[in-house]
Amino acid sequence: MSEIILKIDGKEVRAEEGMTVLEAARSAGIEIPTLCHHDKLEPFGACRLCIVEVQERGRKKLVVACVFLAADGLVVTTRSEKIDRIRKMIIELLLAHAPDSFKLRQLAEEYGADRNRFEKEASFCIHCGLCVRYCAEVKQKYAVGFIDRGIRKEISFIPEIAAKECPDCKECFPLCPTSYLQAAFVLTESLAFPSS
Amino acid sequence: MDKERVDQIIDRHQAEASSLIQVLLDIQSENNWLPKEALERVSQRLDVPLARIQHIATFYKAFSLVPKGRHGIHICMGTACHVRGATRILSKVRELTGINPGETDLDLKFSLETVNCLGCCALGPVVEIDGKTYGKMTTAETEEVLKSYE
Repeated sequence: MSEIILKIDGKEVRAEEGMTVLEAARSAGIEIPTLCHHDKLEPFGACRLCIVEVQERGRKKLVVACVFLAADGLVVTTRSEKIDRIRKMIIELLLAHAPDSFKLRQLAEEYGADRNRFEKEASFCIHCGLCVRYCAEVKQKYAVGFIDRGIRKEISFIPEIAAKECPDCKECFPLCPTSYLQAAFVLTESLAFPSS
Repeated sequence: MDKERVDQIIDRHQAEASSLIQVLLDIQSENNWLPKEALERVSQRLDVPLARIQHIATFYKAFSLVPKGRHGIHICMGTACHVRGATRILSKVRELTGINPGETDLDLKFSLETVNCLGCCALGPVVEIDGKTYGKMTTAETEEVLKSYE
C-alpha cells in the first residue's frame, strides 16, 4: 500500500491509502468527535458528528471524516467556527431525542449546545446503528435490527434469537450512547422470554 | 400459506439472496401478507438473517406483516381529490366497512388505505380497489361499488 501525506489542522500526517480521514487523524493524535464510529465496524456515516472541512484542488467542502477517504495532498480542518456550529446543531437535534444521554451532554458542554433548543421528542434511540452493526459484523448473530423507516425507524430484537444469544453476550450494551438499547432489550425480554 | 408453496417460490428464484425482495413480493402477492413462518423459511433458505428481512419487510409499504383483506381499497387523499370531496368518500367507506385507514376487517374482506396521489387527478375523487380505478366517485356510487365485492 502506498503512503500518502495529508495535512490535518496544519500538521503533516502520513497515512496509508484506503484510510479514512478519521483514521488518519486519530493515528496522528488529532481527536474528532464521533458517535456512530467503532474501530471494529465498517464506517457507517450516520451521526455526521465527525464532519470536517477538506480542501482538494483549491476547493473546500464539508465531508464526514469517518467515511471520506484520505488522499495525498488533502488539507483537512477539523475545527473551525463553521464546523463547531454544525456540530452544535447536530448535538442539539440529537438531544431532542435523548435529552439525558451522558455522552451527548458531555458533547453539548464542549460545543455549547443547548439541550432545550428543540422541543423534546424523546425516542431515546439516535440511530447510530452500533448495536445492530456490532451484532451483525462482530458477533454475526443478528439478534437486533432496524425496523421501519424515516421518523418511525427503530431498533427491534428478534425474540427467538435474543432469548438464545443475548443473556450471555450483551456486548453491545456499553456501546449504546443513550442506554435505549438496554431498555429495548429488557422490554423484549419481559414480553417474549421473561427470566424465571 | 404452506411451507411447500414458500419453497416453490424460493426455488423459482434459485434461492438467491439477491432475489430476496422478489421472493417477498411473490409471497406477498399470493398470500396478501407475510406470515412469520414464511419469513423464517426464506431466511433459512436464502441464508439472509431474519433481522435483515424484517428491516426490508417493514421498510417497503408493499409488504405487510399482518393479514390483509381480500380486497385492498385505496382512497386518494391528494389535493385534487381532497377538494373534490375525498373526505366524504373516506367517511362513507369507513362507515360501510367499519374500519379506519391502515386496518383490515375481521372477516378479512377489505383493507383500507389512504394514498397521497394516484396520478389521475382529473378523475378525482379517485378510489382504487384491487388495482381497478374508480373515478369521479360519489358516496352513492362508492356504496354500489363496495357491494359488488365479495
